[in-house]
Amino acid sequence: MNFIPLTDADRQTMLQAIGVTSIEDLFADVPSQHRFPTLDLPPALAELDLQQHIADLAGRNLNLAEYACFLGAGAYNHYIPPVVNHLIMRGEFYTAYTPYQPEVSQGTLTAIYEYQTMICQLTGMEVTNASMYDGSTALAEACLMAARITRRDKLVLARTIHPEYREVVRTYTQSLDLPSETIPYAASGRVDLDALAKLVDGQTACVAVQYPNFFGVVEDLAPIVDIAHKAGALVIVNADPIALGLLRAPGEFDVDIVVGEGQSISLPPYFGGPYLGLFATQMKHVRQLPGRVIGQTTDHDGRRAFVMTLQAREQHIRREKATSNICTNEALVALAATVYLASMGKTGLKRAAELSYHRAHYAAAEIARLPGYSLPFDGPFFKEFAVRTPAPVAEINQRLLGHKILGGYDLGQTYPELANTALLAVTEMNSRAQIDRLVGALQG
Amino acid sequence: MLTHETISEKIIEPLLFEMSTPGHNAGRLPAYLDVPAADLPQELQRADLPLPDMSEVQVVRHFTRLSQLNFSVDTHFYPLGSCTMKYNPKVNDWAAALTGFTHIHPYQPEATAQGALEMLYQLQYILGEIAGLPHVTLQPSAGAHGELTGLLVIMGYHRSRGDSKRTRVLVPDSAHGTNPATAAMCGCTVTHIPTDSRGNLDYDILQREMDDTVAAIMLTNPNTLGLFEERILEVTTLVHERGGLVYCDGANMNAVLGIARPGDLGCDVLHYNLHKTFTVPHGGGGPGAGGTAVRDTLAPFLPAPLVARRDGPHGPEYYLDYDRPQSIGRVRAFYGNFGNAVRGYSYLRSMGAPGVREVSENAVLNANYIRVNLADAFDLPYDRVCKHEAVFSGRRQARLGVRTLDIAKRLIDYGIHPPTVYFPLIVEEALMIEPTETETLETLDHFVATMKRIAREAEETPELVKEAPHTTPISRPDDVAAARKPVVRWQAGG
Repeated sequence: MNFIPLTDADRQTMLQAIGVTSIEDLFADVPSQHRFPTLDLPPALAELDLQQHIADLAGRNLNLAEYACFLGAGAYNHYIPPVVNHLIMRGEFYTAYTPYQPEVSQGTLTAIYEYQTMICQLTGMEVTNASMYDGSTALAEACLMAARITRRDKLVLARTIHPEYREVVRTYTQSLDLPSETIPYAASGRVDLDALAKLVDGQTACVAVQYPNFFGVVEDLAPIVDIAHKAGALVIVNADPIALGLLRAPGEFDVDIVVGEGQSISLPPYFGGPYLGLFATQMKHVRQLPGRVIGQTTDHDGRRAFVMTLQAREQHIRREKATSNICTNEALVALAATVYLASMGKTGLKRAAELSYHRAHYAAAEIARLPGYSLPFDGPFFKEFAVRTPAPVAEINQRLLGHKILGGYDLGQTYPELANTALLAVTEMNSRAQIDRLVGALQG
Repeated sequence: MLTHETISEKIIEPLLFEMSTPGHNAGRLPAYLDVPAADLPQELQRADLPLPDMSEVQVVRHFTRLSQLNFSVDTHFYPLGSCTMKYNPKVNDWAAALTGFTHIHPYQPEATAQGALEMLYQLQYILGEIAGLPHVTLQPSAGAHGELTGLLVIMGYHRSRGDSKRTRVLVPDSAHGTNPATAAMCGCTVTHIPTDSRGNLDYDILQREMDDTVAAIMLTNPNTLGLFEERILEVTTLVHERGGLVYCDGANMNAVLGIARPGDLGCDVLHYNLHKTFTVPHGGGGPGAGGTAVRDTLAPFLPAPLVARRDGPHGPEYYLDYDRPQSIGRVRAFYGNFGNAVRGYSYLRSMGAPGVREVSENAVLNANYIRVNLADAFDLPYDRVCKHEAVFSGRRQARLGVRTLDIAKRLIDYGIHPPTVYFPLIVEEALMIEPTETETLETLDHFVATMKRIAREAEETPELVKEAPHTTPISRPDDVAAARKPVVRWQAGG
């Protein structure tokens, strides 16, 4: 299968116009010893054969449509209305480029302006960018931004932030002389406030926490903000947007930057991507914001119009002095989140959060009653919770697969002190019947 | 497309917030609770959630109307230089929409995701083979992210050798802005290398600047003038002789698939843009996907995990290899933009080796056809055979008072998306035209005729061009006002 519409006759006409005899002549400037290498690639497939091959690959994966999923840990199985996919797949959105030409991009620009507005509404912040790659890179960029704003070089990160997110922060800062320290957690599963107070000092650029945290526990943001701000450090909160349908917005606590993973309000888990990095802050920091921003203006005739704005922060203008190197972002996923939030609405998003909350608490209570199972943390949780298990988590999960259940994340992999501890996620997708099936399977 | 006649006076489409019917409940989720209600402390709950409430028909009409305000590859010719806006085959989207790809969890056991892992493994291989750089990570989410990955790998390599004085990066003055911005994120300073009169990197200046403080040179080949670096082998040899490494920006790979392998030419690292070269749709700005390929010596520094293969009792098994002690670490959570890896893989399996070479041959043929046909109407600052794009200068028209921006806007009136303008920075009034291989001869001829017509208009009726576009839902917006007093969200009564 190829997608080249020219015919041989067309090519002859064109070669004549150019004044060469063959296509090879157009490559005379390529060193001859390296020109036209033999590539050892799998043979071309006709579209029919391709579809069969691809369907076979897809068919060899366990999929969440057929299993009850209690696995989360940063990638969640939430309800996405069919209207989302329908609208984002419109070619006019899907096959457009970055809206640098506003006269022929008002569709994308308006939608992203709506996205920015709704992420501000959800987080309680004043300005958001048009998206980052994912939650982890948004967190890393937030740390860099905090260091720029405060002109300080120490990062303080809660140990209850997703372990892979903390690793990405380390990767992004490894050549920049920005050491980071980790805040331990208390018996509640929340940030240890005493330890935090000792770690924060006059060199601290930011204190970063997750809300709810990696264990599902809802951090108490007020004392964290208090400790950080007294030392002149900024506060970064990595928030779950579904939880914000119910929980107090980080903006209510006067935090400085809110980041988050927008997957749960846009797309299915997709084996880890494409995802959506949320990034919000206060207007006073807008000129340090990484990434694209859409703003409102008027056209030559006074009509309301939307444009990419504040581009003097960006790499194509500012080059090595830019706030980030990001160019391509996750615009279509941001559009998906916009359609999701519009079609779920205030009422629907709150309901998704409530169902997740109540079902997670039902599941936790039922599991905690089983012999050998207990809940290690006593802090308030939202949709995820840790469970001590009577056997290795991998062993239990293997057994659950036989019941068509995808079990929880093995916390012992990344927190050695939490061996035999599973992190279970419950959302509005998990009916009581599914939960009862899980409890039964854990027991048996 | 909406026109001025069909829209209200000042607002072409109301915002969601202006259409909200508060309290409307679409009833998507059950209203009943099938479990006992748990205690929900008041102090945890937000008082208000200020999102709109809408019916589905309102949502569908709103976004459908919005979509109709866009130009796109599915609707218009889109010769946007440096962006490779080629046709996006629909079978790739069919593939990426299969439940066995969309509804799989990144942490489900490897044994239950063998199809996904095999696909990633094969894609790593194919991208490595095309680059001539056999070790590939698919974690990077876009081109700039791939650059960051590649340059961190280079810095990791120098660090591992105790060569800590290498903190300069050489960047040609024709480079994409992401190159110097990436260097800064890696803690490096940037030295700009000028372009010579033939459109090549200035080799004499490179010789002067290339010393033992240079970590890498960031090359784009063909460069952003659309020209193949004629002294590429001398450049890469010189950099290597003096202990530096060669980073290659893969934004222009559509010109050299099966034509030349960057690894054979002496590049050590290459990033791909699957959303340019391998037909992943641009989505209005993303998501992309940007695999990074490196040669053997740099493989230990790639982000963990890579997808690897081993022999199992029932044949090959695919797994995530985390055992990479010298790795720079992850550049994002999970394994990259998997859905776009599916699209790129689907495309590459349609093409095969002869197919990818035909892509580049035809992309280059189309660009040269435009180059020779417009050479009379527009200035061509570097007049030699180009690769996948042709860069003109609008300076002749600028002398008549018609700027390149005006020409770009006038193209819109004729139903063609503007080329990239004012880039590369070294060309005055630059017009960067990349037709790609997926256009018909009729489309190319129509484009040529339209450009010539606009060149005539610039002479005969310049005001018509300077006030363009005339056919779009909005006329030119006021960018200065937008930046001076930023309005970046809707507010009630605002």
